[in-house]
Amino acid sequence: MRDEFTQAMVALVRTRKDLVFITGDVGFMAVEGIAEAFGERFINAGIAEQNMVSLAAGLAREGHQPWLYSIATFVVFRPYEQIRTDVCLHQLPVKIVGNGGGYGYGIMGATHHALEDVGLMRGLPHMRLYLPLHAGDVAPAVALMAQDPRPNYLRLNSVADVFGDVPPFAPWRKIKPGRKGVVIGLGPVLGNVYQLGDQALLDDLEIWNVGMLPLDELPGDLIASIRDKQRVAIIEEHYRSCGLAEALSYQLLTQGVCPRVFASLTALGYPSGRYGSQRWHQEESGLAGRELRAQLEQIVRG
Amino acid sequence: MDIRPSRGPDRPETAVARAHLEERVFSVKKRFLAMYRRAHAGHIGSSLSCAEILVFLKYAWMSEEDVFLLSKGHAVAALYALLAEVGTLSPGELDSFYAEGTHLPALPPVGAIEGIPFATGSLGHGLSLSAGMALGARLNGRARRVFCLTSDGELDEGSTWEAALFIAHRKLTNLVWLIDRNRIQGIGGTEEVLALEPLDAKLEAFGFHVVSADGHDFGSLLEARAECARALKTEGRPVAIIANTIKGHGIRYMQDTVASHYLPMDDSQYQQALDELALAHAAALAGARHAR
Repeated sequence: MRDEFTQAMVALVRTRKDLVFITGDVGFMAVEGIAEAFGERFINAGIAEQNMVSLAAGLAREGHQPWLYSIATFVVFRPYEQIRTDVCLHQLPVKIVGNGGGYGYGIMGATHHALEDVGLMRGLPHMRLYLPLHAGDVAPAVALMAQDPRPNYLRLNSVADVFGDVPPFAPWRKIKPGRKGVVIGLGPVLGNVYQLGDQALLDDLEIWNVGMLPLDELPGDLIASIRDKQRVAIIEEHYRSCGLAEALSYQLLTQGVCPRVFASLTALGYPSGRYGSQRWHQEESGLAGRELRAQLEQIVRG
Repeated sequence: MDIRPSRGPDRPETAVARAHLEERVFSVKKRFLAMYRRAHAGHIGSSLSCAEILVFLKYAWMSEEDVFLLSKGHAVAALYALLAEVGTLSPGELDSFYAEGTHLPALPPVGAIEGIPFATGSLGHGLSLSAGMALGARLNGRARRVFCLTSDGELDEGSTWEAALFIAHRKLTNLVWLIDRNRIQGIGGTEEVLALEPLDAKLEAFGFHVVSADGHDFGSLLEARAECARALKTEGRPVAIIANTIKGHGIRYMQDTVASHYLPMDDSQYQQALDELALAHAAALAGARHAR
């Protein structure tokens, strides 16, 4: 999604004069086009994320719209208090872009994996998260963020463009119908459901995507479908704590919806203590491949 | 950088102007001491440490367009008192300091008050916020300057030094960084807890033109202002003022003590404080009359 993001920023700066792009010294062979398009409004703030976030708050106070770019772990975890206090409490339109959500940085290892970013950002006041599903979502997400007066977080991840024709980027999207169970997912990890090589299983699954957090009101036809099928699986490349399943369970309970099966498929961290590609970590967590297929079969047929 | 004062006396080096500053700081101190007494609250020493600096910036340095950021938010009573002095806050609002439902909490609030751009209760944010505002003003082509007052204790925060690197690298000469160097932090002296000295050399090495001043003396602050103007004009480096101060300045029982950061005053201590302030003010006025 990184290339789509840089293209979206280059397009955006042609239409707005108030943007400032700040990188935390990352983006080799990625942000060069942004640097050229932004001119003096492109700033490499160095490897200093705390300063970068407060700096952005100060810029926003002066009427600019700063976009901060770094690896998700660095731009979320290191300056978290600055995000909370300087940006969110003051409701400033600072746009935080984290590349490599989930296990996106693969073999780079645990320091580069963002498995808590959604939960931490979702917990902040006034913060709205934008979570593209596929490459085609990035440009509309960027355009929406540019219009959003709130603080935002954009979680970029590796793409799995397996969805075919899907509705435009939105807080809630029904991706496909299905007969027996409902799968609700966040980000490209949802594509792994399409890659199981089991068409019969896929036909059984009604698939929904969450594109923004906090959760907007649940669509009526989603609630109806959950009441009808009584089997729900949530899939996210994130720890369970503070993730989508927890957010959704609150929404369902407050609306009196209590499906018989409510399964949360999440990142498990590093159960074996070994490292590999993003795909390898997803498989180890049961978010891809045979283990994912087994879990989904259990949910819809068990 | 234009350093001509656009507020208050036109020529603060004159006796009349110096006397005016002394009157203002006396009034501001009386206001915040009354607030602390009424609220039975601490951080008195922190406000006494920076009262002259705040008054000097407001009445003898800043223009209407400039921005002040109090990074050492725990001294906000002094800032509230100053904002009352210039009419932004009412005396009734000052009376609500610490009260249930107040707009004036013990540390700067979010958003509500003109003259307080950020809630700075957490240390180590202010210099970066100021850098952002200064850079923002520059990108907008505005003449706005940003004045940031940090404590010395908050120089322990790594983020302050990230900001210092950035300000020097970007040559943000529309930003003036003042350090309230009272040499006392949370529960000890700065040199005992996490030594800062040689602070001037550190700041110089980071790329600042460093000016030292007596943070309680308007004459010294005037000289610092002139020195900053000269340096900004000739060197193009950002400036940092080490304002040497005394925590709890002017109140004998409080002066230069860690306790003055925390302890409230009882009635007799409050009266003693007012008496000593009045004596000091009379002496300062006499001194001001002899200023050239």
